[in-house]
Amino acid sequence: MHTEFLMGNEAIALGALAAGVQVVAGYPGTPSTEVLEMVAKHKTDDVYVEWSINEKAAMEVAAGAAYAGARTMVTCKQVGLNVASDPLMSLEYIGVKGGMVIVVADDPGPISSQTEQDTRTFAQFSKVPVFDPSSPSEAYDMVRDAFELSEREGTPVFLRPTTRVDHGYESMQIVEEDEWLRHKPEGFIRDSSRWVIFPRLSVANHAKIERRNERLSEELSGSRYNFILHEVGKTDGARHVGIATQGISFTYVHDSLDVRSHPRVLRIGTPFPFPERCAVEFLQGLDEVLCVEELDPVIERALIAVCGRHGLNVRIRGKLTGDIAPSGENSPDSVRAAITRFIGARESDAHTESQEEPSVQLPLRPPVLCAGCPHRASFYAVKRAMKGEKTIYCGDIGCYTLGNAKPLDMVDTCLCMGAGITIAQGVFHVEPDTTCFAFVGDSTFFASGITGVVNAYYNQVNLTLVVLDNSTTAMTGHQPHPGTGRTMMGEVVQAVNIEAVLRGIGLTTVETVNPLEHELAVQTVRRVAAEPGVKAIIFKSPCIVLARPKAKSLVDENKCVGCTRCVRELGCPALVPTDGKVRIDQSLCTGCTLCEQVCPFGAISGGERL
Amino acid sequence: MSANENTNVILCGVGGQGTILASKLIAAAAMSNGIPVKTAETIGMAQRGGSVFSHVRLGQPEVSPLMGRATADLIIAFEPAEAVRQLAYLRPGGCVVTSTRPVVPVSAMTGGPTYDLEGILGLLRTRVDNLVEVDAAGSEEDLGSAKCLNVVLLGAAARVGKLGLSIEDLREAIHQRLPQKLWELNERALGYA
Repeated sequence: MHTEFLMGNEAIALGALAAGVQVVAGYPGTPSTEVLEMVAKHKTDDVYVEWSINEKAAMEVAAGAAYAGARTMVTCKQVGLNVASDPLMSLEYIGVKGGMVIVVADDPGPISSQTEQDTRTFAQFSKVPVFDPSSPSEAYDMVRDAFELSEREGTPVFLRPTTRVDHGYESMQIVEEDEWLRHKPEGFIRDSSRWVIFPRLSVANHAKIERRNERLSEELSGSRYNFILHEVGKTDGARHVGIATQGISFTYVHDSLDVRSHPRVLRIGTPFPFPERCAVEFLQGLDEVLCVEELDPVIERALIAVCGRHGLNVRIRGKLTGDIAPSGENSPDSVRAAITRFIGARESDAHTESQEEPSVQLPLRPPVLCAGCPHRASFYAVKRAMKGEKTIYCGDIGCYTLGNAKPLDMVDTCLCMGAGITIAQGVFHVEPDTTCFAFVGDSTFFASGITGVVNAYYNQVNLTLVVLDNSTTAMTGHQPHPGTGRTMMGEVVQAVNIEAVLRGIGLTTVETVNPLEHELAVQTVRRVAAEPGVKAIIFKSPCIVLARPKAKSLVDENKCVGCTRCVRELGCPALVPTDGKVRIDQSLCTGCTLCEQVCPFGAISGGERL
Repeated sequence: MSANENTNVILCGVGGQGTILASKLIAAAAMSNGIPVKTAETIGMAQRGGSVFSHVRLGQPEVSPLMGRATADLIIAFEPAEAVRQLAYLRPGGCVVTSTRPVVPVSAMTGGPTYDLEGILGLLRTRVDNLVEVDAAGSEEDLGSAKCLNVVLLGAAARVGKLGLSIEDLREAIHQRLPQKLWELNERALGYA
């Protein structure tokens, strides 16, 4: 054992490797991405790791490996689990042979996600056991226990850290590499009565799953991950109260407790199957319980049910009673305030630390496309080409969602991975006179864009597909994908060619253009948009994080008249109005030259890309 | 700083300015002194030019990686408006080390709230008892690099004595965490402010 300062996601990766994981598959998504990256960084040669094209593929790859007896892990974010839900729901009925842990990162807030869905609820729905860590070091311990439970019971098991656990750092004890467990997988044993799902097998296995989860509820009641902190001192003469909590919220509860006098606390680390006996012990003698949790009121609903089943007269409070906010992230302050209100402390105690808010207007700082981002050039080319036309711009998931911001304002819809292409088709069927555009990034195209293009082509839609190909998965930190010709095993492989895929579907117009050649890009958009049917433009230019400038652009102060057209049209963070002129922030400029091409006075020059 | 003292530090700025590396350097320096560390930071969408912050807790008895309002001993701000955004976390009598150079967001030039630098600096000067202003433009010119503002600010914080870590501790952390070719520049940056 030795001590390391680790991010939660790195701790999960190392915990899985220490538990003998052999196959790891995932799809990038904040806040889960670093788990798989850290597996790739720390793994030994006998571990296989891949970025799959999407979460469904990852789930199936890992399931197949687990059928063959290997310990396997899937990594994704919470909305990624939706993509993988089809295999997962059936997989729970079929079961696994090697241990299989599905790491799903939830994102209260949400900080970088479309939804505030709760994987604990998904666990109940899919009947899959779930571990819910409160800290990076606990996540490290839980991974190993999750593998053991999974393998022993023949079921996939969830580990669901939230953002603050994924991206929190902590110094912790970890085992040495020579102590990592090693497994020799038995291999796949042919048995169609076990591995082929049919209604008769499903009903039999369903009954087994329900019995197993009832047994696990009892067993997990004795787990070290479900524990009670007993009350200290007298909290209140008239009323006996308790607090039930989970995840990162447990740390906020813990830090708000007065060590000399505090109520009883229940920390739930395995919310499904719910540790009922442990909960009953906690509830004994209490009058009221405050449930402090993030996302869904999972513990709250479970405790209400336990009270009903056991005839306990305990009032359960939390999100359903308005004591805890129904949405958003908890914080040390929100939890402290909720507990103060709950235990009935004087209001003045809760507010002694609060300060008045700053009384100056602060600028808004939403995330924006980077200086020199080729997506800006692509959006701007379409915007100029289609000026005055009736259009809809369906966007998708990735950096390019930021094309919604002013002044570009080029994203009318964004729903989920790949949806832009199919949403545009729905609009077309209602408004055939609207020129429909769908923007999709290269990684998203492979993840779930291709089927949408086939749908459009087959169903006779008029649609201009714009593939924003920056040769990476930029938003999540530049992961490789099938178009990059690199794998997570470090191999250089044949890249999948997007243009060839589109032509293979049947599209006859597929134009590949550098969006930084502005006039050419505008003309191409005009020409392609005027054609009927499904046609595509591939705007190909590497992400600026990967393509460094050869020379940066400069403004000739004698020529700049301060019209700020560049600023108002492009919104590039490197363009800064200063003293009646525009200055280019040299620390940000990437030499894309788009502003040079937009300036009506030829005042900007000198930029060049490598 | 001894292992039984504790310090709450917030680093804040604009995505891409280097707040995360700065929090790693503090953590490395503290751990070399046997001080337990917890941090929480912004990663992901907000990094694209958005407001970012890291909470760094040194030697804390608490278990949460995030701190509550009015509990930070020190705010290290890479940008003055971001210093104001985090001010509610500052403990009464706490210290703010801030770069005075604004990073004006696109939103301020395209119809959003404008950037009131005078108001922002004025508020910091009246509200913060212990304010250290760092001239980022000057440091950039003198050091010949825009890449080490994070270390300039860390050096200033260590010199004020509010970080609980010495310049020497940070120098060691730089040697631990950065490639050797960057040592000379960053050591100069450490001593700059």
